[in-house]
Amino acid sequence: MSDHDYTPKSKFGKWFNDRLPLLTLSNHLAEYPTPKNLNYWWTFGGILTFCLIAQIITGLILAMHYIASADLAFGSVEHIMRDVNYGWLIRYVHANGASMFFLAVYIHIFRSLYYGSYKSPREIIWIIGMIIYFLMMATAFMGYVLPWGQMSFWGATVITNLFSAIPLVGESITNWLWGGYAVDNPTLIRFYSLHYLFPFLIFGLVILHIWALHVPGNNNPIGIDIKKPSKDTVPFHPYIVVKDLFALLIFLIVFAFFVFYSPNILGHADNYIEANPLVTPAHIVPEWYLLPFYAILRSIPDKLFGVIAMFAAIFVLVILPWLDTSKVRSAIFRPLYKQFYWFLVADVLILGYVGAMPAEGLYLLVARVATAYYFLHFLVILPLLGAKEKTLDIPLSLTEPVLGGSLNESMAKNKKEI
Amino acid sequence: MKNFFKFFLFFKIFLLFSFNLIAAEQSNKLLDPVWSFKGFFGKFDRAQLQRGYQVYTEVCAACHSMKYLSYRNLSQPGGPEFSEQQAKIIASQFEVTDGPNNDGEMFTRPARLSDKFVGPYPNDQAATAANGGAYPPDMSVLVKARQGGADYIYSVLMGYEDPPSDITLDDGVYYNKYMPGNKIKMSKPLMEGAVDYADGTVTSEEQMAKDVVAFLAWAAEPHLEARHKIGFRAMIYLFIITILVYFSMKKLWSRIESKV
Repeated sequence: MSDHDYTPKSKFGKWFNDRLPLLTLSNHLAEYPTPKNLNYWWTFGGILTFCLIAQIITGLILAMHYIASADLAFGSVEHIMRDVNYGWLIRYVHANGASMFFLAVYIHIFRSLYYGSYKSPREIIWIIGMIIYFLMMATAFMGYVLPWGQMSFWGATVITNLFSAIPLVGESITNWLWGGYAVDNPTLIRFYSLHYLFPFLIFGLVILHIWALHVPGNNNPIGIDIKKPSKDTVPFHPYIVVKDLFALLIFLIVFAFFVFYSPNILGHADNYIEANPLVTPAHIVPEWYLLPFYAILRSIPDKLFGVIAMFAAIFVLVILPWLDTSKVRSAIFRPLYKQFYWFLVADVLILGYVGAMPAEGLYLLVARVATAYYFLHFLVILPLLGAKEKTLDIPLSLTEPVLGGSLNESMAKNKKEI
Repeated sequence: MKNFFKFFLFFKIFLLFSFNLIAAEQSNKLLDPVWSFKGFFGKFDRAQLQRGYQVYTEVCAACHSMKYLSYRNLSQPGGPEFSEQQAKIIASQFEVTDGPNNDGEMFTRPARLSDKFVGPYPNDQAATAANGGAYPPDMSVLVKARQGGADYIYSVLMGYEDPPSDITLDDGVYYNKYMPGNKIKMSKPLMEGAVDYADGTVTSEEQMAKDVVAFLAWAAEPHLEARHKIGFRAMIYLFIITILVYFSMKKLWSRIESKV
């Protein structure tokens, strides 16, 4: 506690803060000791918080004008685009905001994978994060259904049909989800209701995610435990705040470019055609951020096992802290893991690419190999690597390698990279 | 700063990747005339939009509806910008069904500015039946509803050709170079001199196609000009504040023995 800590001055403020220390929570947040060597990959937490809040605010305004009805939904979106004051801006921010949200979350997740942020003692942060990610996918999927275009309708049909693969009760579950015998008005209305609910669940989980983070504190590029507060840390405010703000602004420039100059490039043209249950589009593709999972789904010839593989692809991430047996966190000190990490990145990008292509011929073969490798990475390579890999020497603190001078050469080289 | 560049590079690779994905889907290379509304400062050409409206209303509107546009849109800023008086006259040439009146009867009256564009058919089924089983799509958002956008619509309009010898076409089906599958149920819509431009512009097929596609692009995105204008200001603002924050960050972090 430093001397410029905020303490409530007014009588009411003191009375309130004694009962609920909300007013002095800012002290904790401002002082929160953060490793001073965090790089820009660590700024995406703040960016994601911004994305969530932007989505909630724009979504709230859209909900004031949108009509959840199979007959009127498409027209109400056009009404927003044409007649609502700055409706086009709100909608384009919301639609592109979803893509930017996923772009940021993928960077955030892959940062965690590279620097081993999911390892002890941060497993709970990671698991909460994965639940958030899963809810994000559900929310985005349902949001994409709301404009009731062709891709909305057929995407919803394909995805909800997955549940019919469940033995015995599949059919009943699908009908229950639809509220009828096909994707129709009841489906749209319940998706709207849930699309409105889920962001608030995500918001609650984000608070838990940050709370869980503030117990052990941030991981850092070196991946070592550091004493907090110490010479290795800086207070969150103003150092990390200003850095996060700078990164957020760069992110916003990219965001604004999409919103103002290419607002429809990340969507599918077919979604500007009103949903028609009698006409199936040539290719039914989900939004880009779901493509890797779509590729995994389609690479398995059996429907039930395809669905299982798709959900397993997410579940395998949840149990990752126990699959990766290496005690060393950062990939900087794990020469083999570093290579496999980049293979995984390439693998996921390939899966995303083939997910957008028709599931036939070479594409299907590539999808199968990439799916197999995805699971191989998590279920075989990572557990083995923990036992076999010869890791590099790890410094004892962030300042020590510089001050101590007792380093081997490879360490010194690595330090430069950081 | 090095880290920062790495991070930006990643961004770029990612964006390129997603653009390629989209580009890969296109096959027959589309015609790409110069559009005044493309680019950072893209604007519509008022005279072109007015001519385009004329082509739409005299040619396309025989089959294609435009149900999300209102007559008032014709006089709004950023569009063809007919005067309000002109828009009123245009609207009054169409009949709409209104009612019921106090006697419970439906009646017809001339359209007003607040009315939506009157379509050629009472419903989609009638439109389909009248066009040999092919529904002429509503044109309100057509440009956004087709891969390739304005280029694609223009290409289809200009893509009518005699079919290659190995292709036989049924009655009422036409060969089009750019249509997916090369078969289209719309006969070649634009013939030289199909309309009479009041401003004396030559009514070549190409000119009319350009004009009407520009009009359709506006119809699909009526706030495009506002978007470009606000976007440019937003970008300038973001660049300036980013630079300011960057130097503030440098200044703050200079107290710490660590780089940002």
